[in-house]
Amino acid sequence: MTEVQQRYTPTRAADTATPSADRPRPARRRSRRRLGLGGLVTLLPLLLVFGYFGWWPIGQSVVLSVQQTNLVDPPAWVGVDNFRYLFTDPLLWTTLRNTAWFVVLALLFGFPVPVVLALFGSELQRLGGVFRVLVYLPVLVPPVVALLLWKWFYDPDFGLFNQVLGVAGLDPRPWLQSTATAMPSLVLATTWAHAGSTVLIYLAALAGVPSELYEAAEIDGASIWRRLWHVTMPHLRGVLLIMLLLQIIGTFQIFTEPFILTDGGPEDSTVTVLLLIYRYAFLNGDYGTAAALSVLLAVVLATLSAVYLRLTRKWSTT
Amino acid sequence: MSTEPARSVLSAADRRRPTVRWTLRVAQAGLLLAVAIAGAGPILWVAKGAISPTLELLQEPLRLWPTEPEWENLLLAWRELRVGRYLLNTVVLVGGSWFVQLLVATTGAFALSVLRPRYGRLVYAAVLATLFIPGTTSLVALYLTILDLPITGGSIANTPWAVWLPAGAQAFNVLIMKQFFDALPRELYEAAMVDGAGTWRLFWLIVMPMSGPIVAVVSLLAVMGAWKEFLWPMVAISDTEQQPLAVALPRLAESAEQNQVIAGMLIATIPPLVIFFVFQRHIVRGIGFTGLKG
Repeated sequence: MTEVQQRYTPTRAADTATPSADRPRPARRRSRRRLGLGGLVTLLPLLLVFGYFGWWPIGQSVVLSVQQTNLVDPPAWVGVDNFRYLFTDPLLWTTLRNTAWFVVLALLFGFPVPVVLALFGSELQRLGGVFRVLVYLPVLVPPVVALLLWKWFYDPDFGLFNQVLGVAGLDPRPWLQSTATAMPSLVLATTWAHAGSTVLIYLAALAGVPSELYEAAEIDGASIWRRLWHVTMPHLRGVLLIMLLLQIIGTFQIFTEPFILTDGGPEDSTVTVLLLIYRYAFLNGDYGTAAALSVLLAVVLATLSAVYLRLTRKWSTT
Repeated sequence: MSTEPARSVLSAADRRRPTVRWTLRVAQAGLLLAVAIAGAGPILWVAKGAISPTLELLQEPLRLWPTEPEWENLLLAWRELRVGRYLLNTVVLVGGSWFVQLLVATTGAFALSVLRPRYGRLVYAAVLATLFIPGTTSLVALYLTILDLPITGGSIANTPWAVWLPAGAQAFNVLIMKQFFDALPRELYEAAMVDGAGTWRLFWLIVMPMSGPIVAVVSLLAVMGAWKEFLWPMVAISDTEQQPLAVALPRLAESAEQNQVIAGMLIATIPPLVIFFVFQRHIVRGIGFTGLKG
C-alpha cells in the first residue's frame, strides 16, 4: 500500500530518506508552509506533553547527575562526585553482577522456551487458536498480581511448589530465601509472564517461511530435523536476535519482580539496576547518585536500542 | 489472525507416517496440557483462592475446590479492603492515560503528517529520539519534574495528572499513528482544503473517520499498558487513598487477610481478561503489527 501511496503522492518524498531528485520542487515547498493557528493548536498537546514529561526529564537527568539536591535548599554543583560515589559503592558491582547473571539465566531458560513453544504451536492445526490464547493468558495478568501469586507459590512452608515437590517425593527448596535459588526463581516468574507475547511474535515469523522452501527441501530428501535446522531456523535468525536484544534491554529495566518477590534480597543477590536507582532516590533521598546511575543506564540502553534499530532495519522482513 | 501457514515444517505426507503421527500427538498433547496448566492454572488458582478459607490455602494449596466456598469473601474484599475504591482509582488513571495518549498521538501525528509545519521534521526527530531512552531512566528526573513543574511551577504529585500527562509522552504511539496517516491518500486532504475545509474539519471529518483501526490499536496498547503500570503510579501517588489497585495490593498483602487479598487480585485481573476476549483479534493484530512485547 505504501508503495502505491509513494507513487501517487509527490510530497511523500519529503519524508523518505532518499528524496528523488526528479520530483518537482513546488510540492515540497507547499508542504513546508507555516502553521496556521489551528495547526499550532494541533501540535500543542504533543509539544507540551513531550516537553514537560519527555524531553525535560531527560535533560534534567543529566543536570541532576552533577548536582546535589535535597529538594529544600537550592541544588549545589558537585561535578563528578555523584559518579565517583557511585563507583565506590560495592552495591553497584553487585547489581551489575546480578544483571549479568539474570541475562545468562534468561538466555539459558527464558530464551529457548518461547522458541520451542512456537515451533510446537505452529504444528498444531485445529487447536492452534486455543494454544495461542492459553500461551498469552499470563501476559494479561497484571504483573503485580502475578508476582504476589508467585510469591505465594514460592513460600517455603506453605507454597504450592514445595507441595508439588513433596508429592513427587522431593525435598522442599528455599526458592526466594536463598542466594543460590533467588535469581533463578525470579527468572522463572519473569519467563512465565513474558513468554506469551514472544511466542506470538515467533508464530508470526514461522508463518512467514515460504512453503515452497519446505517442499523443495522435502523433495531433496531432507528429514524433518534437517528442514527445521536448514529452513526454519535461518528464517527465524533475525527475529531471534531481535528478541534477544529486547530481552537484554528489558533485563536492565527489571524492577517490579525483585521489588515484590525479594526486595533485592537475600543478601542483595537480586538487586537490579532500577531497584538500586529507586533505593538511592526514594529511600536514601540521594537524587544526585540516582540520576548519575540513570544517566549511565540511559547510555547503555540507547546503545542497545541503536543496535536494535539497525537490526530491525536489516531484517525488515520480520 | 490467520497466521496459519499453507504448510509448516511437517507436510501432509509426514503426518501420515505412524512414527511421526504418534510422536507428534503425544508431544502435542503433553505440550497443550503443560501450556493449559501454566497459562490458565494460576488464574484459576486465584479464582479458587478468592473463595477459599486462608487456612485451607496454606495447608492444601493443591486442592482443586474449597470445601466450603466463601463467596462473601469477594464482598469483604470489596468493602473491608476497599478494593472497589482502588479499582475505581485504577479506572480513573487508566481512562485518563488512554485519553491523553490518544489526544497527543492523533493531534501530533496529524500535524506532523498532514499539516507538515516547517519544523515538523525536527519535532518528529525529537519525538523518535525518546524511543532510544526508555522512560525508566528518567524516573528520578520525572519525579522531581512533577514535584515542581518547569516554567509554570507548581506540583502535580499526588494527583491523577501525575500519571495521565507523562503517559502521553509515548513516542511509539506517535510513530505508528504518523505512519498510518502517511499512508492515507493525500489527495483527500488537498481536495478538502480546496473545498475550504479548515484544520479542524480536516482532522475531524476526513482523517479521524478513516483512522478507526489505528485508533483501536493505540487504544488497546494504551489501556493494557496503563493497567499494568506499577512503579510510576507508586512513586507519583503516595496518598494511599488515591492509589490504583496494583499499587495498593502489595501493601495490603503485608497485613490483610490473605484470601481477601487474593480476591482483590482476582478483581484486578478480570478487566484485562475481559478486554482481551472482546478485542482478541485487534490485540493479536497489534502485537504482529508492533512486534513489541506486552
